[in-house]
Amino acid sequence: MSTVSPTQLTKRSPRESTSATATHIDRFSFIGLIGGISAFSLILLTLPTLIVLLASLSSAQTLRFPPPGFSLQWYLALFNYPELWRATSTSLQLAFWTTLLCIVLGIAASVAMSSSRARWVAAMDALVMSPLALPGIAVGLGMLTFFSTIGWRLSLVTLVISHVVICIPYVVRTTLASLTQLGQSLREASTVLGASSTYTFFHVTLPLIKQGVITGGFMAFLSSFDNITVSLFLSDARTEVLPIRMWSMIENDLDVRAAAISGLLIVSTALLMLVMERVSGLSKFLVKS
Amino acid sequence: MNLKLFSPREWQLALPLALFLHLFYVAPLVFLLASSFQPTPGASGISLANYLRFFGDTVNLKVLGDTVFLGIQVTIACLILGYPVAYVYANAPAKWKSLLTFLILLPLLTSSVVRTFGWVVILGRQGLINSFLQNLGLIAEPIRLLFTHQGVAIAMTQIQLPLMILPIVASLAQVDPRLAAASASLGGGAWRTFWKITFPLTLPGVISGCLLVFSLTVSSFVTPSIVGGGQVMYMPTLIYQQAVVLLNGPFAAAVSAILLAVVLTVVFGLSALGQKSRAYIR
Repeated sequence: MSTVSPTQLTKRSPRESTSATATHIDRFSFIGLIGGISAFSLILLTLPTLIVLLASLSSAQTLRFPPPGFSLQWYLALFNYPELWRATSTSLQLAFWTTLLCIVLGIAASVAMSSSRARWVAAMDALVMSPLALPGIAVGLGMLTFFSTIGWRLSLVTLVISHVVICIPYVVRTTLASLTQLGQSLREASTVLGASSTYTFFHVTLPLIKQGVITGGFMAFLSSFDNITVSLFLSDARTEVLPIRMWSMIENDLDVRAAAISGLLIVSTALLMLVMERVSGLSKFLVKS
Repeated sequence: MNLKLFSPREWQLALPLALFLHLFYVAPLVFLLASSFQPTPGASGISLANYLRFFGDTVNLKVLGDTVFLGIQVTIACLILGYPVAYVYANAPAKWKSLLTFLILLPLLTSSVVRTFGWVVILGRQGLINSFLQNLGLIAEPIRLLFTHQGVAIAMTQIQLPLMILPIVASLAQVDPRLAAASASLGGGAWRTFWKITFPLTLPGVISGCLLVFSLTVSSFVTPSIVGGGQVMYMPTLIYQQAVVLLNGPFAAAVSAILLAVVLTVVFGLSALGQKSRAYIR
């Protein structure tokens, strides 16, 4: 009964080869589609940045692509543009104070949040993270209404306050991630050995969560420097920030000098990223968090 | 010996931030909601006039519809384009990873005005696409790409793409590679393994990516205002116009409240789905 007839044997081999072909088609179609789409996406991701860089070196008088020739004329034109430098200086000051305040408030809150399992931690987490998801334009308008109701005049101070709200999630997220990885045993050890909680914080906790704090601070700095939606409502002529100046340059008359500033911003962001990768392992927090 | 390792006062460290956010974030949002019930700027009393006006006007309803449609379009496009990148990243050898990280993060970290400006150069009358098509002789006159809904959707997709990729990368990193190997050794093909094993396990990442992309797309202002150029109107541009140009604060507040409601509905809906998918994985 269990003898295999020759016909059965010959019948089996073609079926096996079709299934092997099917496996190959299955594998190659999968790899091909995934690879093809990712190649397309990576080009899509990179192209606009490269094109802005090339356009900023154009010798043409109007914005056109591809440029007819190359020159540094648009970068040189930036030297005669005092409003731009004022806006840049305001933006840098704003981002500096925002980052500083975010770090101080953020570390304190993160330390408390990581060492408690009480119910308030979840509520606090939702409160701190929500500005990431809520429309910035609504938050900005709300703050404008609020400040004018309580009678505060718009200034760098109100601008910093509004940016802290928008940027705090980055610092808290990366600092909390560092604190969770760290665990509590080292802090406990330090306390058991008689160190005060202040000493423990500055000599044990802070050095160990440094990378998370730096990464969060970097993200906070960049998003403050880049913010438009909130600044739109809370800055006036005296406190004009760079992104708003650039926005009006592009929006109104497509000033080609905007390409040169964009070029400067792209190069400095890329350099900062490389430095941050060395210092704090930026990608570790952004990709794996 | 004091075995209470954390002084009970440690929670007080969270107080400054909690107070700060309640004063300068929660209170302003409450003020915003309250002012949306003001009948006209400066008038006192409570009325639903602004909401009735919004929902009574087809122009406003079209703005709301276009905004939600843009959000859905961009989210789906980002998911289709972003998932493969995350998959390749997760399976890439270490030496390729740092290059991929750089390519994914650079657009995320460059200023949003700069990224939008790139799209003006690409889509403009004398831009990349028009000069390419003209050189090929396919078109005689530049075609209109800027100031269209599709132009905004394309630009927004590129701008939001990293925010879809990053959460998916994070959840792919948590999938045990032995599961895919087990599926393959049991005869599961590449597609079958992907749809039955890998994709369901990364649903939390997919959901948080969709959540970020949707809420940031419907609330973004810069790209729609520049690429859309006032021809296509979205909720944030409407809010800005009403508040700053027409000085109708209460109506702008009502539009903001409606946009907030849309975002919150999607956030809560997707978060609930996310909880479910997490429970399914465990």
